[in-house]
Amino acid sequence: MATRAVITLPVAIKAGEPFEVRATVAHAMETGYRSGDDGARLARDLVRRFECRLDGELVFAADLFAAISANPYLSFWLRANKPAELSFSWRGDNGFSHDETRRLNVA
Amino acid sequence: MKAWLLLPLLLLLALAAQAAEPDARRSGRDTMSGALRTLQADDAQHPAQLALALGQELWAQGAKSCASCHGEPATLRGAAARYPASDQGLIDLPGRIQRCRVRHQQQPAWAPESEPLLALSALVAQQSRGLPLAPPRGAELDAAAARGQRLYTTRIGALNLSCAQCHDERAGLRLGGSLIPQAQVDDYPVYRLEWQSLGSLQRRLRGCLSGVRAKVWDWDSAELLALEVYLARRSTGMAMQPPGVRP
Amino acid sequence: MKRREFVLAAAALAALPEARATDDALRAAIRAWAGRDPEAGALKIEIAELVENGNAVPVRIAASEPVSGLALFTPLNPEPEVVHASFGAAVARPEFSTRMRLARSQRIVAVARAADGRCWQAGMDVIVTLAACVEP
Repeated sequence: MATRAVITLPVAIKAGEPFEVRATVAHAMETGYRSGDDGARLARDLVRRFECRLDGELVFAADLFAAISANPYLSFWLRANKPAELSFSWRGDNGFSHDETRRLNVA
Repeated sequence: MKAWLLLPLLLLLALAAQAAEPDARRSGRDTMSGALRTLQADDAQHPAQLALALGQELWAQGAKSCASCHGEPATLRGAAARYPASDQGLIDLPGRIQRCRVRHQQQPAWAPESEPLLALSALVAQQSRGLPLAPPRGAELDAAAARGQRLYTTRIGALNLSCAQCHDERAGLRLGGSLIPQAQVDDYPVYRLEWQSLGSLQRRLRGCLSGVRAKVWDWDSAELLALEVYLARRSTGMAMQPPGVRP
Repeated sequence: MKRREFVLAAAALAALPEARATDDALRAAIRAWAGRDPEAGALKIEIAELVENGNAVPVRIAASEPVSGLALFTPLNPEPEVVHASFGAAVARPEFSTRMRLARSQRIVAVARAADGRCWQAGMDVIVTLAACVEP
């Protein structure tokens, strides 16, 4: 199962104009408060940190906690003046690590 | 009045009466809050988007991929509207996908409610968005629908409740803080927030059964399939919007 | 209808065996992120007033001026933190959206932090209805 994240960006972006970025990563965000079918407590397992970089520069970051829903969804607004590369990274418990990159089509 | 005029006149009146009667059926969508309706309507934030992306991937995967027979998923537009069906027994959409996997792809069947099965169910169902639910008819299906209706109206479980008592008689009222829906089946599979995942109609039915403390029928049991057939008929004509979002 | 649901939700206290975030814990968490106790200020918190299921509640936090960070806290979840967001230069709007978990009806708190060190907070009451039939 390879699909681990979905990122939504506008198809065409005007230089200097705000555009919305939406990013979701597949992760149960197990709070540590739930019990499994056998009654045993399911261990905490969370995505802890999300970072978005524009051509390598950190533009948006979020520290996530147990109160973020499963398959953490974040949306934010960026501005770009020229074609650029957006990179996304998620890091979490038990060595969770996922990265994505997208080319920004800026005109 | 001339006798020969009476019959067409009566027919006209009957038709007019039928046309005048409004459809009292409401999708669960329409009784949700605006926030949840938005979650379902906006593909960019739909909670099932990961599952749909997985479905797209699985569709094209392997030598005997779904794509190798069906082409693009869009070629299956209308297919999900025509389930449950009767084809060597009663079969719902997830059942059909499983059968394809075993018979045509020579792969072992997935476990019920497994992630890939739900992903493909969501992808195939999504192709029928906007179409009216149009389950087929026939001798076996008619008999199953009758059985399903009997199950629907029979009190069961330690709480001694029938589906009809909540979903026909008390739809629109509240149970605890939750609004009781009519139990239309237009949007399956649904991402139910309570589950924090996508799930099938059979999962929802099994959840209700345990909710009234009744024996939970097995996956793909005759009872669950009969209920699915009846429920699809009950929702016939309603526009599908799968995959759904529900609280 | 809203009052009745509030009473029902408040009365049917979800039996959380874990400690609930107290007011002290909330204040401490806010202070840890903001650097001090924020004053009351204007922040837009977009969230449904009546939530049908607390597992995934869409929420949007927006400030009316550029900020270096926005954070969200809950007094009555098991822990007070929800998310800490920080903004770089290329951010076009001082806002973000996410989906959060709400254990029960409460007043969620959003906090903003500006580049010059100012910080301010605002709250929003949310009523969470509990599921009537909980699956095993």
